[in-house]
Amino acid sequence: MQCFVMRIQSLLACFCLFSLPSAVLAQDLGDPERGADLWGQCSGCHEIGEGAENGIGPHLNGIFGRRAGALDDFRYSQPMQRMGADGLTWTLETLDAYIEMPRALVSGTRMSFPGIEDAGERADVLAYLRAFSDDPANIPEAAPTAMPTDHDVDPEILAIQGDPEYGEYLSSECTTCHQSDGSDSGIPSIIYWPEEDFVVAMHAYKRELRPHPVMQMIAGRLSNEEIAALAAYFANPDD
Amino acid sequence: MKLNRRSFLGASAAASAMLAAPQVLGQARARVVVVGGGAGGATAARYIAKDSDGAIDVTLIEPSRSYYTCFFSNLYIGGFRDFASIGHSYGTLAAEYGINVVHDWATGVDRDARTVALAGGGALPYDRLILSPGIDFVEGSVPGWSVAEQNAMPHAYKAGSQTQLLKAQIEAMPEGGVFGMVAPPNPYRCPPGPYERISMVAHLLQQINPTARILVADPKAKFSKQALFEEGWNKHYPGMVERIGPDFGGENVEVRPAAMEIVIDGVVEKVDACNVIPAQKAGRICAEAGLTDGNWAPVVPHTMASRMDENIHILGDATDQGDMPKSGFSANSQAKVAAMAVRAALTDSRMFPAKFANTCWSLIDTDDGVKVGASYEATDEKIAKTDGFISQTGEDAALRKATYEESIGWYDGITSDMFG
Repeated sequence: MQCFVMRIQSLLACFCLFSLPSAVLAQDLGDPERGADLWGQCSGCHEIGEGAENGIGPHLNGIFGRRAGALDDFRYSQPMQRMGADGLTWTLETLDAYIEMPRALVSGTRMSFPGIEDAGERADVLAYLRAFSDDPANIPEAAPTAMPTDHDVDPEILAIQGDPEYGEYLSSECTTCHQSDGSDSGIPSIIYWPEEDFVVAMHAYKRELRPHPVMQMIAGRLSNEEIAALAAYFANPDD
Repeated sequence: MKLNRRSFLGASAAASAMLAAPQVLGQARARVVVVGGGAGGATAARYIAKDSDGAIDVTLIEPSRSYYTCFFSNLYIGGFRDFASIGHSYGTLAAEYGINVVHDWATGVDRDARTVALAGGGALPYDRLILSPGIDFVEGSVPGWSVAEQNAMPHAYKAGSQTQLLKAQIEAMPEGGVFGMVAPPNPYRCPPGPYERISMVAHLLQQINPTARILVADPKAKFSKQALFEEGWNKHYPGMVERIGPDFGGENVEVRPAAMEIVIDGVVEKVDACNVIPAQKAGRICAEAGLTDGNWAPVVPHTMASRMDENIHILGDATDQGDMPKSGFSANSQAKVAAMAVRAALTDSRMFPAKFANTCWSLIDTDDGVKVGASYEATDEKIAKTDGFISQTGEDAALRKATYEESIGWYDGITSDMFG
């Protein structure tokens, strides 16, 4: 990932689970005009602005401050409705996490978009979106340079080689609720996930970006090595 | 279907079953005997069989051929589940995991000879024994009530025919009648259970007998999720539930099953159906094996081994372990730690740090689910709580509905974790 290359490996970054968004630090406030250009990636499914309607995806007017899955006249996926019910609200921080890797924040979302790797591009898109929100009260006035727009897990954490045997033992704590055959009624499936998605999702719970008290508690006490071990196991639980 | 370890194990176990008793083969397979096929025992048996690649011979002793889960049995009373949906068989554990399932009562343990005696005769030898016998009732804890006459005032605290009986008695109540409950003192199985039951009885009565009343005698000043339940009762069933706590004599109770009366602090109350949940203790076999201290069986948190006998592990409601509530979720969580420790002791598998968790969901009314949970770690002294959460009063309907749907997902998850 190119944004990792620019990351300052400072002591502070090591101290935090999630290193500082140094890629964003190098930039000015997200540029809504560049965001308008990037919007082309979104407009196949989403409308925004006066008269915008729901299409393949929901319209994005007033997205800031809205609860996930909250438009009455749009048919959201079950996982998106569940995340909304659990309390996920769209803010600069959560939107940034979502458009970076939609399925890492909302597992099973129907938004078939791989995500935008570049933190600066995400800031631009969000600067564009925020112009269509009436109520920017919860959007900090400061430039995104001062905000944690980058929820990337430290590459050193992502690089940890998980111990799948330890992961198998730890997984027994997960399978009390998450079925080992991948059934997903009421509780999402967690098998066959790419390891990185798993690690990012668990760290998003650990950081309490993703709402859900059980998962925040479970993730909160797992070490980086334990999360890697679980990711290694669940990536291929039949091995 | 690709050949995974499970199907391989099933095939090899079926082959060895055809050759009858494995010890005849002269193999030194380690033997684990598990007593009790509930959330603790079934889970432990399945995990040991699943993860030991056939190196351990696992026998599960459970008298019932169909196991009815205590968790979600209140939802059957409320009309949210049919009875069959909380019943499970041991067929998969036997066929796919190669577990020898013996439907019999374990009547005693010879700790020196390392054998378990069966009511049907004979004894099973073990290298490691796992006891997960659940609860028994303390005789005399509710004057006037006894296990021998449990059908007039069912406990319905071991799911099965007692649960069906209690529901039938509630349905047969006369219009405007009284449902009585004698709630248990701490500690007992499923701390929110009596109060979820009150909610489910209220839901049922509201449908079929809306002028009926619910009268609860409770020896405890406080109870699990109290604010959530009381908020729900006021909202959904206003005026229906009257709970008499210890400040008004709720701990001073006698029952008269023949007359269908309960006497609360000297005041006689006529009831039309009555649920008596007595004080509880570890399943009888723990005391008979000399593994209890008081009413419960103390265990070593890191391995769930008995503090009296390192070759015996004890799980679930029967244990005295520290901070975990007595629940199916806890027993399932403890079973995995015990399974890991037993495998490490008998084979060359690795020992890992013990981790425990629990979540208890309760249903208050249609789509109004709440939960409480915590994580735990093993210390030398006890299983100690590390973190926790609880649903909040005033939550919106969408969150409560999601919580209920999550509980249904959990039910499917834990029962397949127990029974395969």
